[in-house]
Formats: sequence, structure tokens, C-alpha cells
Amino acid sequence: MVPLWAYLLLSAFLFMVGVVGVATRRNALIIFMAIELMLNAVNLTFVAFSRFLHSLDGQVFVFFVMTVAAAEVAVGLAIIIALFRTAETVNVDEVRLLKG
Amino acid sequence: MEWIFFLAFGLVAAVAAVAMVLQRSPIYSALYLILALFAQAGLYILLGAELIAAVHIIVYAGAIMVLFLFVIMLLDLGRTDRSPARVKPVGVIVGTVLAGLLLAELAVGVGPQIVLGPRGAYDPEVLRTVGNTRAVGRILFREYLIPFELTSLILLTAMVGAMVLAKRKVE
Amino acid sequence: MMMEFLLATVLKIALVMGLVLLAVAYLTWLERKVIGDMQVRFGPSRVGPFGLLQPIADAIKLMFKEDIIPAHADRVIFLLAPALTLVPALIIFAVIPFGPSFVITDVNIGLLYVFAVASLGVYGIVLAGWASNSKYALLGGLRSSAQMVSYELSLALSVIGVVMWTGSLSLVEIVEGQAGSWYGIVPRWNIFPQFFGFLIFLVSSNAELNRAPFDLAEAETELVAGYHTEYSSMKFALFFMAEYANMIAAGALAATLFLGGWQGPFLPPVIWFLLKVFAFIFLFVWLRATLPRFRYDQLMRFGWKVLLPAALANVMVTAALLA
Repeated sequence: MVPLWAYLLLSAFLFMVGVVGVATRRNALIIFMAIELMLNAVNLTFVAFSRFLHSLDGQVFVFFVMTVAAAEVAVGLAIIIALFRTAETVNVDEVRLLKG
Repeated sequence: MEWIFFLAFGLVAAVAAVAMVLQRSPIYSALYLILALFAQAGLYILLGAELIAAVHIIVYAGAIMVLFLFVIMLLDLGRTDRSPARVKPVGVIVGTVLAGLLLAELAVGVGPQIVLGPRGAYDPEVLRTVGNTRAVGRILFREYLIPFELTSLILLTAMVGAMVLAKRKVE
Repeated sequence: MMMEFLLATVLKIALVMGLVLLAVAYLTWLERKVIGDMQVRFGPSRVGPFGLLQPIADAIKLMFKEDIIPAHADRVIFLLAPALTLVPALIIFAVIPFGPSFVITDVNIGLLYVFAVASLGVYGIVLAGWASNSKYALLGGLRSSAQMVSYELSLALSVIGVVMWTGSLSLVEIVEGQAGSWYGIVPRWNIFPQFFGFLIFLVSSNAELNRAPFDLAEAETELVAGYHTEYSSMKFALFFMAEYANMIAAGALAATLFLGGWQGPFLPPVIWFLLKVFAFIFLFVWLRATLPRFRYDQLMRFGWKVLLPAALANVMVTAALLA
């Protein structure tokens, strides 16, 4: 029986990798994928707790998180497409028209 | 026995996640993310959440990542970035500090003994008889009915928003 | 105990995979023969009696062809894509019940597993199109995968009626729910209460398989050959095999979900199952021989504006009738 802390450690690590990805990379698509990784790490935490607390609320919440993630990806990618059309780049460093 | 599966899936997920962040080309990043998602589905099955595992593959690996790949291919962003990846030191420092904080908190607060809250009613034996899908469905449509309907609104908004944002303005 | 279980499972997997691959090879022969008969000509008839050695000749030819990788193609993904297409096609067979206790694994989310695996089939195609570094391949790959993604929705929705009727996602339970008969004559197959679901399933699976009349993305007269333009030799053979394995899987699913799986009066169960799958495969080949091709915009319009509302209406009517 794998203990709870192993799952929590793994999901914390995945979350960390996602945070470092968002903070470090400059390509908008890779930043987006790192955000998805973070959401998935949180999902893993939810499901792990749902198993160890003997409650299904965690799994129901994962359901909702997945739905929201799908909606967010759709809108986010549409934004990236619109951005690419005007700025010709997806490098977030080069999109600085509003910068003072 | 379960440890072997956990270590296998966990290692694959961790390595794929790290590889995803380090890749130059978005297509390889996407492929590594798909691998990480698969490993995570395996972990879900280990935790007895079969419905979530299947829905995870259908939604994330089967739809969201396909959407990513479509966008990458349609905008032709798949080739390796020509400009060298100028990694900002600020980003690395912020990331490492946050990661260190998270791990420290885990080590202090979690550790071998966890004080868990009150237990619910669905222990694994009950779930094995009732069936994971049926139990989740029951809860989803009774206690969580309103959030469920609200997610349909979220999806509708996202659909409309995506179509409006990505539409070509007809000059 | 554990070793016996593992050994039995490995044997079952080997048997099923071997049979599926053999069936895929002879399905090519069957298709060419049947289409030839419908077009009043002989199909393959020179290599061996009735052309039965034709698949072997094809395999030998494909193995010895020169293996070309286009310049500036992405090597890793170029080599990965055919495997990514074939593996989902083969692992669908892990949950299909061939007989009363002959199923590799009875997952209690069997049908969801099938849809998860079917949605993975898109990757091989879109990656093959992209990795070939060729405009035709890229466009063909994107078109093909957009079509597959669109019809996946109607496919999944058309089956929800069956799930509601049976009350379970497990394929074994769906088959067992079709036992017995009404009034002693009409078997309790799901095709009778779920007739529209069955029709939608047939049309959607045809489009999902990229088969005629929905095969614009890979027909020889369009876009050169679509996503597998730049592929030669064994990699092309893998794509081919994947398409036919998917066809057999679609037939097996239709037989399991709507026609009662292995149920039948006199013959042994596996024979009934094979007969039903053969009937569906014959239907798919018949459709290819008979119908003209859809244009791509007609195809997409049909999928989104006709088939998806019909599938939704089917779900709602079934739910209303069951309440």
C-alpha cells in the first residue's frame, strides 16, 4: 500500500516543475503547457486525498477541474492565435507594446 | 507490488515533466506532456479512480493536447526556436525558491504522520462493490448538481469566446 | 496464483493479437476481392488459388521496398508516428468479449477505455502529417485528424443510449444484457431499441476510420495520399495495418454493442461473434465500393450540423423513454 506522502511528494514535484516552467520559459505555448502540468499535479493531490480520506468529493472536484482546464485551454489557445496574428511571434518577451 | 507500479508511473511522470520544460521545440514539449499525462492516468488507476483515469485520457490526452498540436502546426511553431533560449536568472531563482519552500513545507507538515480529517463513507471496499462510476455519478448529480450545470455554462462561454477570438476579421 | 493469471493473460493477448494481425492481412485480400466482384471484375486471382497468397506477396514487397526518410523531416517523430497509429488500433481488442469467458480483461469502464484509446488514434495521423515536412502531408494530416475529432463526438454520444439501456459501461455486461429474447423469436439485441443509435454509430465509425465515403483526406486522387504521402516500406505497411485493424475493431464494437456480441442459438459463441464482425466488415467494404466521396466541407457540415444533433436527440429520447 503506497502511503499518502509518496503521492503528495510526487504531485508537489510536478507542481514545482510547472512553476519553474512558467517562470523560466519564454514561449507562450510551453508556458501554457506548464500551466496544464500544474493543474494536473493538483488533480493528483485531489485524487490521492479522495482515496485516503474515503470520500469521493475529491474525484468530483477533479472532474470540475478538468472541465475548467479544457475551457481555459480553448480560450487561451484562441488568445495565442489572435496574438500571433498581430505580433507574428509567441515569445512573451517580445510582446511589450503596453510596456511603459 | 503496488510500489513497483507507483515508482514506474511516478518516475515516468516526473522525468517527462522535466523533459517537457527543457525542450526547445513546442512539439516535443507537447509529446512529453502527453507521456506525463499517461503516467498520471496510470497513477489514477492505482488510486482506484478508474472513471477519472479514463476521463483524464479522453479529455487531456485525447482533446486538449490535440488542440495544442493543431495550434502548433497551424501556426508553424514546431521548428526549434532559432534564438538561443535566454533563460532569465530571475525566473530560475523564483522557481527554485518556491520549490524549496513547497518541499520544506511538505517535509514539516506531512512526513510519516499525517493528521487527516474525518473519513467519508466511500472506502475502497464499498467502491469495489458499488462501482466507481456509479458512485461518482450519484454524487455528481445529487450533491453537486448545481456546480455541474454551472460547468456547462463555463464550457459554453469558452466555446463562444474561442470562436470570437480566433475568428479572422473579414476586411 | 499470480503466475497462472499472468501466463493465461499473456497467452490470451498473444492469441488475440496474432489473430487480429492475420485478419488484417486477409482483410486486404477480402476487400479487393469483394470490391472486384461488385465492379464485375476479378480481384487478386493470380497469386495462389483465388489470390489467397496476395497478402503475403504484398507483405514481402513492402518489406523489401526502399525505406525513404524525406530531407529535413523530423526523424524521431517520423519514425514514431506509424507506431502511434497502430498501437491504439490493437489495444482496443483488450476489452472486447469474444466468448462467454473469453475476454482479455473485463474492465468495468470498458466502453470509456475504448473511447480513450480511439481518441489516441488521432496523434499518429497528425504527427505523421507534420513530420513529413511536406505541404500535402501536413494538410492531409490536419484534415484527417480534424475529421476524426469531429466524428468522435457523435460516436461517443450514439453509444450513450446503449449505456443507459444496459446500465453499465462494461462490455461484458453489455453483451450479457442482450441475452434472451422477446416473445421467443426476436433476440434482445440492442439494435432494436437503439436503432437510430446504431445508424449514427455506423456512420460515425465510418468517418472515424477515414473510410469511404469519408476518405477525402487520404484518397489517391486527393492531396496525393494525405498524411502518408512520404511514407514507404514498412512504415506505410504499419499505417495500412492500423487502418484495417481499426476497421475490425469498429466491426467488433458494433457487434458487441448492438448485435449481441457472442450470443446466438446453435453455433458456438466465437463463431457467432466472427460472423457478426464479418457482416459489419462486409458492410464497410460494400459502402466503399458503392458510394462516391464526400467533399471535405460537406463532410464537416454533415458531422457537426446533422450527426451531432441527431446523436444528442437520440440520447434525450432514450433518457425520456427510460424515465
